[in-house]
Amino acid sequence: MVDKKRKHPKEIIKAESNALNFSYADGTQALKNINLPVYENKITALIGPSGCGKSTFLRCFNRMHDLYPGNKYDGEIILHPDNTNILDKRVDPIEVRMRISMVFQKPNPFPKSIYENVAYGLRVRGEKNKRVLDDKVEEALKGASLWDEVKKRLHDLAFNLSGGQQQRLCIARALATDPEIMLFDEPTSALDPIATMNIEELMAGLKEKLSILIVTHNMQQAARISDYTAYMYLGELVEHDKTNKVFTNPRKKETEDYITGKFG
Amino acid sequence: MAKLENPEVSPRLAKNLRRNILERCIEFGLLCSGIFAIFITLAIIYVLVSEAIPFFQHVSLYDFLTDTVWTPNYSIKHYGIMALVSGTLTTTFIALLVAVPLGTITAIYLSEFATHKVRETIKPVLELLVGVPTVVFGYFALMLVTPLLQKIYPDLTTFNMLGPGIVMGIMIVPYIASVAEDAMRAVPMAMREGAYAMGATRFQTAIKVITPAAISGIIAAYILAISRAVGETMIVAIAAGQQPNFTFNPVESAATITAYIVSVALGDLEHGGIGYQSIFAAGLTLLLMTLMFNIIGHAVRKKFAERY
Ligand SMILES: Nc1ncnc2c1ncn2[C@@H]1O[C@H](COP(=O)(O)OP(=O)(O)O)[C@@H](O)[C@H]1O
Ligand SMILES: [Mg+2]
Repeated sequence: MVDKKRKHPKEIIKAESNALNFSYADGTQALKNINLPVYENKITALIGPSGCGKSTFLRCFNRMHDLYPGNKYDGEIILHPDNTNILDKRVDPIEVRMRISMVFQKPNPFPKSIYENVAYGLRVRGEKNKRVLDDKVEEALKGASLWDEVKKRLHDLAFNLSGGQQQRLCIARALATDPEIMLFDEPTSALDPIATMNIEELMAGLKEKLSILIVTHNMQQAARISDYTAYMYLGELVEHDKTNKVFTNPRKKETEDYITGKFG
Repeated sequence: MAKLENPEVSPRLAKNLRRNILERCIEFGLLCSGIFAIFITLAIIYVLVSEAIPFFQHVSLYDFLTDTVWTPNYSIKHYGIMALVSGTLTTTFIALLVAVPLGTITAIYLSEFATHKVRETIKPVLELLVGVPTVVFGYFALMLVTPLLQKIYPDLTTFNMLGPGIVMGIMIVPYIASVAEDAMRAVPMAMREGAYAMGATRFQTAIKVITPAAISGIIAAYILAISRAVGETMIVAIAAGQQPNFTFNPVESAATITAYIVSVALGDLEHGGIGYQSIFAAGLTLLLMTLMFNIIGHAVRKKFAERY
């Protein structure tokens, strides 16, 4: 940890994976010895061809793989400042998910009103005070730049929103509980260019408050929004560095080939 | 655009005669089976109505609906269908009181909590329950459940609506469980992951997210259960007594519409007599009741139509 800090003097590590291996129940080893830091108040982008393990890696951070029996983690993901390995059997995945939230590829609002969608995480945490809920919902919707569009119909069903609005609702939902890290799995792949731009702008603002790890299939997107970029291939981490470095002067030939479109 | 002199269709693009004929045959076959189902339904309605019309020439519709005594076999004849409707509604209500909570909980357990192995063990057992002849359930109610209930409530008569109502509820549990479970399992995994990612527990996810998402299918399960309970015959005919009795008190004995129909149909009746015709009036009432429940159910379902 110490030498990593020296490498990026001003950066604080929020979480890091150490020698992380992961296998699915059917034996597919999807991650091989991944060592990757996630810096505080930075956006780290994961890029690489489809099937290289980006989603698998992301979903380790909130123990999503626990939902399916037979999946196997090996190695660690240390969350700072606790210095705790969140993959440890003694760690409660629910506690982890309370601090590390996630936005999925396809917007997946709940079959509830806009208000209840955003309030969901707070209710799960036992919040009952109407005033607190109202304030938090408003704050989260503002944080997701959705407030002005929905403030007059907070009690409408969330499914009535457009795809882009639904995705921002999912961001608001994830934001409402003040997470420390937000995970995004190709959050704009189902959206049109305008909705995509909205969400990219949103993320640039969000990193003031938290750390972001985002999977994207779109290299321009990674270049536009991220501070750090990690290139993965066949379950391995090929290269990780500051985004402008990876895109202008990659160390590895494979990275260069992928970025210049010679492959992938 | 220049028109072709002789618009020959290239053999590779020409219509495939064999495939066309085959398609038409299949289409016709499907149409026939559809028409057949509609025809049977219409035939049933026709028989019911045509036999009920002479009945209503003897008994006014007003008396039929407002009289609370049903004694077609006595010398002083009364034809108040409400005496039978009350029995049907009471037993159905008791059955639902048992089946809705049990069936829903079973569905939630099977869909959201059970491991694959447990589910594959329990489901066939439940389906077995569906296969038990209702006569067996009837004697189960009469010989086992009612005596048990009498231990708690000694004044309970041998024939009552409570025992068969409960047994009918048990019989319906698998229907609700299986239809509701299908609806819950059809909720996309993304919805579950969304809830878990918010820090929800399994239970919170099941109750607050999956159940509302599957609500329209769950209501469909309840509609099926109601239809099944309203139409159930043997259990009530055996264990509820066959005395038409205008009451909603579950500890009393009573007859349901179906129990009356089966008891009369088993006796020797003069074809064309008013007693014979009364079966059809009762049958028509049953049909209309089921129809009404279905319409209400579909309206409720539509209101909650799921979208994900
Ligand atoms: N549930 C699963 N069971 C088995 N193998 C899986 C499962 N999900 C993904 N994989 C495999 O793991 C590898 C990585 O997948 P994924 O992380 O989804 O890739 P990416 O997000 O980079 O496209 C792929 O080879 C994929 O086939
Ligand atoms: Mg993926």
